[in-house]
Amino acid sequence: MTDAPIYQTDALISQDIDAYLQAHQHKTMLRFITCGSVDDGKSTLIGRLLYDSKMIFEDQLAALEADSQKLGTQGQQIDFALLVDGLAAEREQGITIDVAYRFFATEKRKFIVADTPGHEQYTRNMVTGASTADLAIILIDARKGILTQTRRHSYLAHLIGIKKIVLAINKMDLVDYDAARFAEICAAYQDFASSIGIEAFTAIPISGLAGDNITHASARTPWYDGPTLLSHLEDVELDQTQAADKPFRMPVQWVNRPNLDFRGFSGQIASGSISQGDMVRIVPSGKTTKVARIVTMDGDLPMAVAGQSVTLTFDDEIDCSRGDVIAIADAPPMVADQFESTLVWMDEAALLPGRNYIMKIGTQSVEACVQSLKYQINVNNTEHLAVKTLALNDIGVVEIATTRPIVFEAYGDNRDLGGFILIDKMTHATIAAGMLHFSLRRAQNVHWQATDIDRQAHAAQKNQTPRVLWFTGLSGSGKSTIANALEKRLYQDGQHSFLLDGDNVRHGLNKDLGFTDAARVENIRRVGEVAKLMTDAGLIVLTAFISPFQAEREMVRNMLPEGEFIEIFVDTPLAVAEQRDVKGLYKKARAGELKNFTGIDSPYEAPSAPEIHIDTRTTSVEQAVDDIMAWLAKN
Amino acid sequence: MKTLTHLQRLEAESIHILREVVANSDNPVMLYSVGKDSAVMLHLAKKAFFPSPPPFPLLHVDTTWKFQAMYQLRQKAADDAGMQLLVHQNPEALAKAINPFDHGALHTDMWKTEGLKQALDKHRFDVAFGGARRDEEKSRAKERVFSFRSANHQWDPKNQRPELWKLYNARKAKGESIRVFPLSNWTELDIWQYIHLQSIEIVPLYFAAPRPTVERDGLLLMVDDERFPLRDGEVPVERSIRFRTLGCYPLTGAVESQATSLPQIIQEMLLTTTSERQGRAIDKDAGASMEKKKQEGYF
Repeated sequence: MTDAPIYQTDALISQDIDAYLQAHQHKTMLRFITCGSVDDGKSTLIGRLLYDSKMIFEDQLAALEADSQKLGTQGQQIDFALLVDGLAAEREQGITIDVAYRFFATEKRKFIVADTPGHEQYTRNMVTGASTADLAIILIDARKGILTQTRRHSYLAHLIGIKKIVLAINKMDLVDYDAARFAEICAAYQDFASSIGIEAFTAIPISGLAGDNITHASARTPWYDGPTLLSHLEDVELDQTQAADKPFRMPVQWVNRPNLDFRGFSGQIASGSISQGDMVRIVPSGKTTKVARIVTMDGDLPMAVAGQSVTLTFDDEIDCSRGDVIAIADAPPMVADQFESTLVWMDEAALLPGRNYIMKIGTQSVEACVQSLKYQINVNNTEHLAVKTLALNDIGVVEIATTRPIVFEAYGDNRDLGGFILIDKMTHATIAAGMLHFSLRRAQNVHWQATDIDRQAHAAQKNQTPRVLWFTGLSGSGKSTIANALEKRLYQDGQHSFLLDGDNVRHGLNKDLGFTDAARVENIRRVGEVAKLMTDAGLIVLTAFISPFQAEREMVRNMLPEGEFIEIFVDTPLAVAEQRDVKGLYKKARAGELKNFTGIDSPYEAPSAPEIHIDTRTTSVEQAVDDIMAWLAKN
Repeated sequence: MKTLTHLQRLEAESIHILREVVANSDNPVMLYSVGKDSAVMLHLAKKAFFPSPPPFPLLHVDTTWKFQAMYQLRQKAADDAGMQLLVHQNPEALAKAINPFDHGALHTDMWKTEGLKQALDKHRFDVAFGGARRDEEKSRAKERVFSFRSANHQWDPKNQRPELWKLYNARKAKGESIRVFPLSNWTELDIWQYIHLQSIEIVPLYFAAPRPTVERDGLLLMVDDERFPLRDGEVPVERSIRFRTLGCYPLTGAVESQATSLPQIIQEMLLTTTSERQGRAIDKDAGASMEKKKQEGYF
């Protein structure tokens, strides 16, 4: 049912293996992604590429034939789709659930294909697969033309920065190889592509099932004089070649220090090239030095280019470590801490603006939080929507801030220094992928105003150590009661304090916030900022907030100087608090009248290592105050 | 020299992965099986950290049933790299004399799957490099480069972390571990080509030579030592054979071959019509046996 495989010149292999190896050694590599659903014949196309390039062996073919009889959808014919639908769970359900990578080679190139499924999880999987691709094949069923999913795939490919788009108009056999139909689809796609900023694409009429224009120019499309799919894949320019023409950047991965005489900086070159003797700048420190050696196990290199993993040594003993970027001295990358960015959300738990996540960008890891969510993008029609959060597979444009300045470049210029992932601090899951577009001027222009009466002066005048005594616990656990009693004691002792109470703050400063997870995060962020200002004024601040999430309590801790945040866990089990029910809130929550009530239908994350732990079942209010005063006197 | 060849790109990618692990983990280890993929992985590790030796030990999860020639190369390879070699044999399997002739699937379970878990737990390794490639087998095609394992060493294919660009998330809770596959994007042909270009030392069994063999259950087995129980009527016959993969000798099928050089091996490989795992008894069970083994903690 198929032409003889033609990619590997069997004759050359059998007659002159050395010549073949010589040729193979100089092959380049192209990574691409195929986009489309099972109905578009995506798996069939990939299966055919593998089959025609002899990547399928007899034993696999025998297994495939057996599977085709049992599970196939092509009657007695071989179902190529079964070759690429990997995991057992998927085969039973007839779906693919993840990204799979396939390999084949021709005489010119080795290819790595990212194969992603075409259902709900699509956005996450496709963005993942596309992140390493130079080219995207958008598959269209010639009978159906451009569908919503065509627009979605094209938008995502463009978003992730793929500049080479192939429009593979498939199933031409089912429209009688009609030139007019092909032209009609091309014209419609051209209109759409221009509207979202795709500058160029290559359209090819194919049939994955019948093999037209895949490896051989088809006699059934005499009106088409462009390349076959495969020859296009073999000849298209690689991103890596383009990256070599940009200014030199190498994020430092690891400092190589085998002995006192050798200090090398290892990394993979992100862009440009470097030669012995070039002047480089270490960013962010800004120090300059000269490249002494480019060290590899195969000997020193006179020069190295984008994509290579090397170790550099310098003329001077200069400070440089993991996370720094070595750049050509006269054109270094930028440094900033606030950015506009596109964010692709990849986790079941939604984005919480204001929460600190870990951002990994290049070899840098910093904490970062989304300060504002400008809009969500509907991937089907690229409309902008006003939203409060991003859920799994949502894409949005956000303002994101990092806790310290990072070295970056716009994603469009450099994927390695503009692409990042966000990691949840508790679950360690990768929860989002992002692309930095530009830094926000605000960060550069709003400088800290230094004042003469500083926080030390304020504290000295009051003759006390400013602190935040952060009470956390369930509703009705006794936070406010204990905090109130403690403040009376502090007042009697002549200390200057202020009590921030959860309910009171919600009457003013935080009047606009509700009780969703996102609002709770923002509530605590604002309280943290206010508490910080008060400690700057020299005060001892007491706060009584449920503050259910560990991440936000940690955030406030990190806002303050070391040792000034004292976490006091008012530990009252849910059953006990509910039994007391001082404000009658538990009753309402149980009756469904109060939504998102902590302990009932919203989680409480108990502190893992609080400075002070008060078990209210065994400790009286007076005793608790004594304990806290004793702790403060000691620390 | 602006465009790198495919092998240069694969090499650079693997080196990047090796360095990321060292920069992000507390106690990494490299699983070393003495096979050709291990040989390439070890070679890449030497390159990644040169002039330092690779800053982690090698671990061989031994079954006592490997080919003699593999045991001969093992220590030499570690010494050449300036690395410590750790060998682990499951004491329970040793005590019960578990072997591939009498115990079938239990042999792989106890020596390899259990043995590996024991060794990782004993040394508290938090990251283990493995030489698996995505082109080997269907379930491998979907595995991440950084493959996350629960505290029980289990793999959950439906709950893998998305892996974008070359940003690898190496964060984990206490007790959890990560298997890292630096050769994920290499194919069998890439491996052979690289061994050829870089003159990497491999076990001589990959080259054809006259060796004592018997034919059994469709596999051509080598009688590697006196522990091989000959069945009635079986007489070892000397044939010119070589191996495409190396594992426990009673479970590894040979191919008849005259290929005594790397180009000849590659030539045979390119003209052959069966996949390399075809010689492995382990993969022939139910349709997706490798996936099942991996969920249980097999590498």
